[in-house]
Amino acid sequence: FYRNLYLIRRAEEEIERHYPSDVIKSPVHLSIGQEHIAVGVCSALAKDDVVFSNYRGHAHYLARGGNLKAFWAELYGKQGGFARGRAGSMHLMDIDCGFMQASAVVATGIPNATGYALALKMKQKKSIVVCFHGEGAVDEGVWHESLNFAALHHLPILYICENNEYAIYSHQKARAKQSNIARLATMLGLKATRMETGDCHAIFNETKSAINILLQQNGPVLLEIPTMRWRDHVGIGSDIKWGYRDAEALNQNIKNDHIAQIGARLKPAVKMKIEHEINQQIDDAIEYASQSPFPDQSELYSNVTANANSN
Amino acid sequence: MLHNTSMSNLKKSSPLRQLSYSDALFEALDQEMTRDECVFVYGQGADDPKGHYATTLNLHQKYGPARCFDTPLAEESMLGIGIGAAMAGLRPVNIHQRVDFLMVCMNQLVNIAAKQHYISAGALRVPLTIRACIGRSWGQGAQHSQSLYSMFAHIPGLIVLAPVTAHDAKASLIAAIRNDNPVIIIEHRLLYPLKGHVYKKSDPLILPFIRRLHKGDDLTIVAVSHAAIEATRATQALAKLGIKAELLNPVSISPLDCQTIAQSFAKTKRLLMVDNDWLDCGLSAEIMAKMVEHGLGAHPMRRLGFAQTPCPTTHVLENAFYPNGQSILKTALELCELKPESLPTLKPALEIDAFRGPF
Repeated sequence: FYRNLYLIRRAEEEIERHYPSDVIKSPVHLSIGQEHIAVGVCSALAKDDVVFSNYRGHAHYLARGGNLKAFWAELYGKQGGFARGRAGSMHLMDIDCGFMQASAVVATGIPNATGYALALKMKQKKSIVVCFHGEGAVDEGVWHESLNFAALHHLPILYICENNEYAIYSHQKARAKQSNIARLATMLGLKATRMETGDCHAIFNETKSAINILLQQNGPVLLEIPTMRWRDHVGIGSDIKWGYRDAEALNQNIKNDHIAQIGARLKPAVKMKIEHEINQQIDDAIEYASQSPFPDQSELYSNVTANANSN
Repeated sequence: MLHNTSMSNLKKSSPLRQLSYSDALFEALDQEMTRDECVFVYGQGADDPKGHYATTLNLHQKYGPARCFDTPLAEESMLGIGIGAAMAGLRPVNIHQRVDFLMVCMNQLVNIAAKQHYISAGALRVPLTIRACIGRSWGQGAQHSQSLYSMFAHIPGLIVLAPVTAHDAKASLIAAIRNDNPVIIIEHRLLYPLKGHVYKKSDPLILPFIRRLHKGDDLTIVAVSHAAIEATRATQALAKLGIKAELLNPVSISPLDCQTIAQSFAKTKRLLMVDNDWLDCGLSAEIMAKMVEHGLGAHPMRRLGFAQTPCPTTHVLENAFYPNGQSILKTALELCELKPESLPTLKPALEIDAFRGPF
């Protein structure tokens, strides 16, 4: 776990360090503070499982094993990016590791993930879909519609609700009477669990048992996992200056940094070796992204449609 | 790319029959579901006793409930689920009994379906077919009568088709299912019973596609969807007055074959655009702008379409809302600067008058 946790944390800290230089000319939604969910869940998946994410997706992408160089070059808008600079931070994708394109509009990827699960079922595949979403997505009608359909059709999909309580700066209590999302999912006919706390190991174990339930009982499962966003909704740095959230709770959460705790359990030499390797990988990715050329302007018109007369 | 007759790309050996528009759509779907097990059809009423105007009738029995199924009343997620299934390599056909209900899924249509391929630099494909029906007549009212294809055609990444003949309906649906992009087929409710020649084995429509319904040198009429039926009546009346109108029907609205329209307009030097939609910021405006860009702006152009109002329910106002054969004839004569002593009165539009719904 530590390797992936450290990779995600360090990668996003590097993004923060480079962001003021305007080399990443695009919005970023950092996962710092929420990495343990991505790592715990993705570590429990099989190779052929498929992941759908959202605009706060760096952690999901890297935890799933998304290509780091292609990620960095994409942030830089370069040819070496996984989508040659057309996607950027909000639309991460790495099909080779089953990471489907993320959406920038809240909840919009949820039916797509559900439809992918329908296809897996129709093709009688053994793999599953994991759909990451925030508690904000639960405000959207399409969340309820999609979960209803998944339950009705017994689809092989695991919904992971990362509940960080805030949609931008709006608290969940200002947006919903029912804050227990697992209860909502249960009423829609899913097996659902609300984790009270959870470090990476607990989330890994819960995901494993959720997948077992999903495969044995032939139906969708939802895990609601509490978490805390350490940075601003979008962009870099803390948002504590806006005064809308509980600074003490945030500081406490930062003090109990789950990554530091897992790191502390490692032998110092092992920990140092991992960190050195990760830092080297990040340096290489930044170098790759810097060296990669920008796409030619002639690319603007390519791939608007796939071959229009495909028969 | 003008296809004057339906023969151009068809298998000559295939039997030619008279089929209704809805039977032609059924045959396309049935044949495609046999051909490719990745094809499935779903949406409100797909497996009900009416079978979406008989175009999906009993397909759930033939292919099983997994490949033809009813859905919750949840248009946005249902379209999104089609997108996800298409991303996984299936070829879903999502049906809607009225175009108006597509407004509920604009987020999925515009934000996801239209963009996946582009923002993945070609790695993802969304081979999704969306069939939606335009209502008209017998009091369909403001929310069951919209065409809205100009709105869809505005979005890069969406393919929009509006077939008029039974032959083109079948070829359009085959093309849509085999196409690797999201394709919206706009079907007009009043066209379903109309019969035409349809081959047993049909080839998919080649895009872009415009059909020449009538050949002429005196003026060019471009008419879309059901308006092409009205324009056909006007064209026949014009012929009796000795005026030969060239009647073009863009079956593919996006991509649009402007070249053929420009060639015809350059020949006739008069253009009448008859849309089955509102005029403002719509397809008719687009075609006229393209004609100006083709250097044909000096020639006279006119256009007809829906009144720029919501569609009223009462038939008296409803009749005034739509252009018809008579108003097309009158405008065509004005465009030709002709004032015949007596205007011929057109035969009643049977498919409109005969329609008694209920839906």
